[in-house]
Amino acid sequence: MEAVINNLIFLGRIAIDRVSAIGRSGMILMHAIIARPDPLTSFPLLIRQLYSVGVLSMIIIIVSGLFIGMVLALQGYNILVDYGTEQAVGQMVALSLVRELAPVVTALLFAGRAGSALTAEIGLMKATEQLSGMEMIGVDPLRRIIAPRFWAGFISLPILTMIFSAVGIWGGLLVGVEWLGIYEGSFWSNMQNSVDFFDDIGNGLIKSLVFGLVVTWVAVFQGYDSVPTSEGISQATTKTVVYSSLAILGLDFILTALMFGDL
Amino acid sequence: MRNRGIELGVGIFMLAGAIALTVLAINVSGLSLAEQQGSYKIYARFENVGGLTARSKVTMSGVAIGKVSSITIDRKKLMALVEMEINEDVNYLTSDSSASILTAGLLGEKYIGVTTGAADDEILKEGDFIEDTQSSLVLEELIGKFLFNQASE
Repeated sequence: MEAVINNLIFLGRIAIDRVSAIGRSGMILMHAIIARPDPLTSFPLLIRQLYSVGVLSMIIIIVSGLFIGMVLALQGYNILVDYGTEQAVGQMVALSLVRELAPVVTALLFAGRAGSALTAEIGLMKATEQLSGMEMIGVDPLRRIIAPRFWAGFISLPILTMIFSAVGIWGGLLVGVEWLGIYEGSFWSNMQNSVDFFDDIGNGLIKSLVFGLVVTWVAVFQGYDSVPTSEGISQATTKTVVYSSLAILGLDFILTALMFGDL
Repeated sequence: MRNRGIELGVGIFMLAGAIALTVLAINVSGLSLAEQQGSYKIYARFENVGGLTARSKVTMSGVAIGKVSSITIDRKKLMALVEMEINEDVNYLTSDSSASILTAGLLGEKYIGVTTGAADDEILKEGDFIEDTQSSLVLEELIGKFLFNQASE
């Protein structure tokens, strides 16, 4: 009997912890979003974060976009050439990149490259009591630290996604047209016939906006909510990558079903 | 000085994003701003539209002059009713034009080919019907007919 009650207490404690974590993360998100920006101080802070979150992620995004585009073109060519429809490589590369791979892979890379860095940075600030120091001198850490990082991630990810798509399609062009010798005119015209700006590129953009929100939210919250020890920071960083990757893949399925599933 | 470098980097980043979006819009999806010209709607009834879908091309002598905007069932005649948006500058389709559903290549996409009739006939306007239509070629029906003919010989 005692054991049953203990187990129930354990279960209840887990549930309360989880729910209150969701509540705290929601509070942080609300504060970060509605924090009224002070143009003189906020804008340079945002620029600084856009640099470290967005600009420094560009290299990995461009390189992986290029290689993913090239691999898609190569694989697609090998399959399509059996049916004599190798001109459709362009449309295959473009559709799979724009609809699916660019938002998802960019968000996964972004979670690993920028999300973990955000968590570690904020976690270390908390561990070294910089955040409580700020509160002491009357500066709201949510406005000064969290809000610019959140917005930087939210703005950067769609831009990175667009760069990823464009570079990936260029990679597909390199392999398909320059190397495997598909006629360039049919490569582009097949692509243009099948890709719609609002249905395909627009939906990809919406996906990347959602992922940007989720990844930076998770990263910022895990950092802010971490246990202020070296072990706690390492756990928070791991959690950021794991939770945001799972959230990206799960949400991607839901969004795809809503957008392309004809529900 | 260091700050300027950061701002420059962010500026390049923003610009790269904008360029990527423009390239995707124009080169990949073929979105063109000049395409915003007006159009008028004409209709045609088909026995069978096969694989024709909305946004399929409408062509004349192989040149695209418009697109299919919707496909519904005409409940009175129980035939497929295809609504086409024809570009405004194509104002020479005569009322005895014929529309047929064609296939690009052996397994390609379906599109509508329009052929005009006598030049001095009445010109099609918004809401008019093309009466002379030819349905999509359905492979199974062809094979069925072929087998039937073989058997009867």
